[in-house]
Amino acid sequence: MHELSITQSLVDAVLERTGERAVTGVNLRIGPLSGVLPDAMRFCFDIVSAGTSLAGAQLRIDEPQGLGRCRSCGTEFELEDLILLCPCGSADVDILSGRELMVISVEVA
Amino acid sequence: MCTTCGCGDETNTRVSTLDGIQPIVEHQHPHDHAHPHDHDHPHDHAHPHDHTHPHDHDHHPATITLEQNLLAKNDLLAARNRGWLAGRGIRALNIMSSPGAGKTTLLVRTLTDLGGHLQAGVIEGDQETSLDADRIRAVGRPVIQINTGAGCHLDADMLQRGLDALDPQPGSTVFVENVGNLVCPALFDLGETAKVVVISVTEGDDKPRKYPHMFMAADLVIVNKSDLLPYVDFDVDECLRQIREINPHADFLVLSATTGDGLAAWYAWLDGSTSRSNSLTESLSDAH
Ligand SMILES: Nc1nc2c(ncn2[C@@H]2O[C@H](COP(=O)(O)OP(=O)(O)OP(=O)(O)O)[C@@H](O)[C@H]2O)c(=O)[nH]1
Ligand SMILES: [Mg+2]
Ligand SMILES: [Zn+2]
Ligand SMILES: [Zn+2]
Repeated sequence: MHELSITQSLVDAVLERTGERAVTGVNLRIGPLSGVLPDAMRFCFDIVSAGTSLAGAQLRIDEPQGLGRCRSCGTEFELEDLILLCPCGSADVDILSGRELMVISVEVA
Repeated sequence: MCTTCGCGDETNTRVSTLDGIQPIVEHQHPHDHAHPHDHDHPHDHAHPHDHTHPHDHDHHPATITLEQNLLAKNDLLAARNRGWLAGRGIRALNIMSSPGAGKTTLLVRTLTDLGGHLQAGVIEGDQETSLDADRIRAVGRPVIQINTGAGCHLDADMLQRGLDALDPQPGSTVFVENVGNLVCPALFDLGETAKVVVISVTEGDDKPRKYPHMFMAADLVIVNKSDLLPYVDFDVDECLRQIREINPHADFLVLSATTGDGLAAWYAWLDGSTSRSNSLTESLSDAH
């Protein structure tokens, strides 16, 4: 699916900053509502990073909790998926977190 | 190339001309077809070369902070498309569905029915072939075919190239038929004016639950092939209820692109004169 092109953007974004330096670690944050599967990302990373200065780098993925706030009653609750239903029955919910799809930092040798 | 996901890189992408001529990719033709590289490639996002290059002594292990969205490049190009479209008063509608839900049938019918009342062009996205573009060209409308090769969605860069080739009139409408796929296109903002998701009744009424990203992003959901409702187990109200769980604001229409049933409401939506489908919202609250 889309994880391959997103992984390609990751490698491009990192290379733009690290140039020739060997990258030993990559720290990502991928929320459960981002539409991206961490495992698929790991799989694609090995393929996309091959032959670049990111090859062999350790991929660490922080998976934050999804959090929503109901616009009707104000309750905050955990979101495991995109079914945005407040315990009060309202589906008018703000997503506070969980859609993160970010490269946080990289470690270079 | 990724065997599970099948997404190729963008060098596979081919954009046709208005005459339907496909660029030849096999033997590197020396770029005779126009490559309007006036649009800058996104080298404008921050290049903070301040603290990351310790040129005094040789490289020590270090952590470099990026804090960057992985879709940032696409989002930037999408923002550029949005500005380009707004500046010309052009409306671009991104039409998405699973393969075969009826996107091209609906477009052909719409362009035929509305004739001169709607000035419109089409950008067709498919992995291979120009079959859909040929169907649009047959009804006399300008069309560009984008073939994504192994790629399973259009992205903002492809739309930009499609718009360059289509060269739409100011004030007109551009229908963008995305690659048939309910997963990947949902994540890639094209800079479109609105996202239209089509599902057909033969696919089952559980699609919103199964593909929430797509339905969450939708401005309009069209249930197509309503003529087949008597033959399949598809509960329209249940489908709308699922959509409302993930997207309280999307408009909702039920129609048949082949019989023409319900098309008036779609044409009204295109006219910008419709709001949410009240009857269905009512039938939904009745059920509670
Ligand atoms: N019964 C019925 N068939 C339809 C309707 N709309 C489309 N079809 C049929 O569905 C099939 C697929 O239609 P297309 O318009 O090619 O679908 P598409 O979404 O453009 O397909 P891709 O571009 O391949 O993703 C064709 O055989 C159409 O005739 C409809 O309203 N009712
Ligand atoms: Mg089609
Ligand atoms: Zn994809
Ligand atoms: Zn609530």
